[in-house]
Amino acid sequence: MSTPDAALAIRTTGLAKVFRKQRAVDGIDLAVPRGAVFGFLGPNGSGKTTTIRMLLGLSSATGGTIEVLGEPMPKALHDVLPRVGALVEGPAFYPYLSGRANLFRFDAADPTSDPRTRKTRVASALDRVGLSHAADKKAHAYSLGMKQRLGLANALLAPRDLLVLDEPTNGLDPQGTREVRNLIRSLADDGTTVFVSSHLLAEIEQVCTHAAVMRTGKLVAQGPLDELRAAGARTVTVRTPDLGQAGTVLSRLGLTPRHEGGADVLVADLPPEVLPETITTELVRADVRVRGLTVGGGTLEDLFVALTGEGFDVAA
Amino acid sequence: MSQPDAATVPTDDPQTHDVRASPRPRQRPFALLGSELALVFRRRRTWAMLGALALVPILIAVAVRLTTGDDSGGPAFLGDITNNGLFVAFTALTVSIPLFLPLTVGVVAGDTVAGEASHGTIRYLLVAPTGRVRFILVKYAGAVAFCLAATLLIVLVGAAIGAVLFPIGPVTLLSGTQVDGWSYAGRAVLLALYVTLSMLGLSAIGLFASTLTSVPVGAMAATVVLAGASQVLDQLPQLDWLHPYLFSHQWLGFGDLLRDPIAFDSFGSNAVLQLGYVVVFGALAYSRFTTKDVLS
Repeated sequence: MSTPDAALAIRTTGLAKVFRKQRAVDGIDLAVPRGAVFGFLGPNGSGKTTTIRMLLGLSSATGGTIEVLGEPMPKALHDVLPRVGALVEGPAFYPYLSGRANLFRFDAADPTSDPRTRKTRVASALDRVGLSHAADKKAHAYSLGMKQRLGLANALLAPRDLLVLDEPTNGLDPQGTREVRNLIRSLADDGTTVFVSSHLLAEIEQVCTHAAVMRTGKLVAQGPLDELRAAGARTVTVRTPDLGQAGTVLSRLGLTPRHEGGADVLVADLPPEVLPETITTELVRADVRVRGLTVGGGTLEDLFVALTGEGFDVAA
Repeated sequence: MSQPDAATVPTDDPQTHDVRASPRPRQRPFALLGSELALVFRRRRTWAMLGALALVPILIAVAVRLTTGDDSGGPAFLGDITNNGLFVAFTALTVSIPLFLPLTVGVVAGDTVAGEASHGTIRYLLVAPTGRVRFILVKYAGAVAFCLAATLLIVLVGAAIGAVLFPIGPVTLLSGTQVDGWSYAGRAVLLALYVTLSMLGLSAIGLFASTLTSVPVGAMAATVVLAGASQVLDQLPQLDWLHPYLFSHQWLGFGDLLRDPIAFDSFGSNAVLQLGYVVVFGALAYSRFTTKDVLS
């Protein structure tokens, strides 16, 4: 057993979950600093939700250790979870109860919550997600977006040290997505660590300070956002009618050009030691007629795609 | 921008404001029980089932009132109703026990865990956090509360409709002695308790079935089918060695409560039998649920 690290809100070592033959989570070492807004990224089926279930003690790990807020999980579950607000795998409610009554129920399930303040805490949580006007509607009459908001309200019933939000923007319109981002930002400003998973990078990139990327059960990148961005592969795109000549020049510079996009387009990964201006100079010197030269990449999205692959290959 | 640095957010910093450092926050283990009872008795389904059960004594009393004179046949105590309205409650319970009561109990008990799983609410209760043991205890308590409410309702409605449609007065018990209305009322409450006790085993079976699935209807059906199967087995003389161990064996054994003095033998042996089922199926539900991955 490793020693607890007080600077980390979540730490796992070699965390694994094997379902029969499939390794849904394959030995991941997460390190979520306290106070961070930590984006937990990966395509659908990459093991994000399975990881979150294990972090919260809903399912048991088949290997590795978990610490949440410096305490071992699931051993210290009863001390840890009252300080954790969670939205796991979509919101869930008693359809025959009103939104407010649903929150009363969930709040009563926490043995440390104070029934004397329950009414005000529920009201302020509903207010915080903009659901006060629909609080007394039955939950089955809620739209998907309203349910998502109610799920967020449930995570905010008490002051939390850590929020675990699994796909919080699912089912929300762009406006709602924006509100969730603002909500995350304001919670983070209060000092709450926010662990937010998403398969849509763009939706949370703006609020994250840190991120980790999952792919088929493995953690393929993790760190502060700036470092991840810097690690993102940059590419150079050359538009020229003289494809052959240009290819030779790029190869001489140590690049591996490939045809991509259009008939007059060459693309190559750009290592940091090769400067774009060097490429321009060399191309011109070799009498290559250059129609355009752009340096792309270096965004988190490019890294995300480079790490997880494009398309719809859901891990089987 | 937030920082992990403690100095910026001293009030919320976990290092200085650690729940472990202060005394453990006050625990309110019964908060969820109150919520569970409210949940059971606020459901329209619960009221529909209770309403159906309340119709049993009413139908019996009305039917007997309209067709007086024929004492032959029918369930136990039926003939006595015309002499004394207080017997309506007993007759209604006798009629409800083989089918209606196990049916409604099966619905409530089968829904306990599977219902929460099918709504997905189970994961939010568990991360609240409700300990898994507390969760199944509270759900079981909710089912038992329904059993008690159902039997008391039948007794009360039976007594009320009996008083309206038939003469009431001193009751002649099975042992031949007469007791007054108040003593009878006490016995009626005992009877309701006896029938509730009888349903404890079935409720425990329903609870266990409910931990096996996230489809509530499946658990309900399994529970009700088992209730029927147990009664069928109880009818087969070839299996008489098995009869004392069937959870339904003493369901109708409340005749002792109508003797004077009250014989508590069947009450005691039924309690032992039901307790056995509660222990076995409670343990099965416990071992199943506490090790289960909650994936719904």
